[in-house]
Amino acid sequence: MSAVKQEKEPLFSAKNRKLLTNPLNIDNPITVQVLGICSALAVTAKIKPSFVMALSVIVVIAFSNVIISLMRNGIPPRIRIIVQLVVIASLVILVDQVLKAFVFDVSKQLSVFVGLIITNCIIMGRLEAFAMSNKPWPSFLDGLGNGFGYGAILLIVGFTRELFGSGTIWGFHVIPESFYDFGYRNNGFMILPPMALIIVGIIIWIQRAKNPQLIEEN
Amino acid sequence: MQELFNIFVKSIFVDNMVFAYFLGMCSYLAVSKTVQTSVGLGIAVIFVLGITVPVDYLLNEYILRPGALVWLDKSFSDVDLSFLSFILFIAIIASMVQLVEMVIEKFSPALYSSLGIFLPLIAVNCAILGGSLFMQEREYQSIAQATSFGLGSGIGWFLAIVGIAAIREKIRYSNVPGPLRGLGITFIITGLMGIAFMSFLGIKL
Repeated sequence: MSAVKQEKEPLFSAKNRKLLTNPLNIDNPITVQVLGICSALAVTAKIKPSFVMALSVIVVIAFSNVIISLMRNGIPPRIRIIVQLVVIASLVILVDQVLKAFVFDVSKQLSVFVGLIITNCIIMGRLEAFAMSNKPWPSFLDGLGNGFGYGAILLIVGFTRELFGSGTIWGFHVIPESFYDFGYRNNGFMILPPMALIIVGIIIWIQRAKNPQLIEEN
Repeated sequence: MQELFNIFVKSIFVDNMVFAYFLGMCSYLAVSKTVQTSVGLGIAVIFVLGITVPVDYLLNEYILRPGALVWLDKSFSDVDLSFLSFILFIAIIASMVQLVEMVIEKFSPALYSSLGIFLPLIAVNCAILGGSLFMQEREYQSIAQATSFGLGSGIGWFLAIVGIAAIREKIRYSNVPGPLRGLGITFIITGLMGIAFMSFLGIKL
């Protein structure tokens, strides 16, 4: 135990800001930490479900980080997974009920994937890696940062797939009729599941080309 | 019998957990570096899905479904507990995984030491919870159907992870562009495998 009293740091110190901004790029949960891929791909055929999904995940991850961080000294290590799952599952039930009440159509589209936020590895991963050993406020920021990093990828994929797949953004037609008269066709392939994987692959390619320190050996 | 077989084949090929719904992608990407480990994880997933889906089916049928509590008393016919399904399903999965782990440890130490590290991980594999949630959403008629769905999806997942592991073992010798190496190329290959699996979509069962 270190007897040295830590200096009180301001709410948005450089370290805390890093927690918020790193996950957006060089520590992105999806493209670098490889967490939470499952839901990221399945819901991104359109922007609207991607946005709702991203928002739900941000809420769940930020608050579960805070709750676990508050309880971190009282959780016996042997049963910590169960405790974490219960906290996450209760938050997800809340989110699910709210979605059903206010945006029923999107909730139907997301179907099982709202429930699958429980086993979204981003959340478990951040709880294990960060919240179990840090104070509530940094944990909250870490949760928000990772949620935003996840949301950013979701929105990029959703945007690309909706624009090229259906010619719409958020349900509004953006590709002018005259394009279609010239023989432009919506690329129906974009809507199909495998395309999401390929788009994420390309995002990873671009990101690593810009940040060479992320390139893997093998 | 015909019906059961249809559900089984459909859940392996047409509704493949990985290629059609992206379930269990995290462990799929993390553990697919060699064929040997991915076979271990694949078998564990088949095992756990084959057990948890029928158990969760019973849970859904006799406790959670709207009107499921009628067997207790007629007055419960309008009780709907389905909002509790997430938390109950995950509790069942976590405890079943623990139970399976203990049973295997007791009766087959060899299998245990080869599955060992993967079993606890499976509790948080989204393919498992996804299996139960799909079972609930698709409203299977009997426990036999639920079981064949669970086993089928497990085998589909097994095929996917063993396939990608075999490809990744070979691709180590090719000259992939630097930034794409590792994760990037794995995503793209999975996409291509998904396209190949889409050819099963036309099959009417």
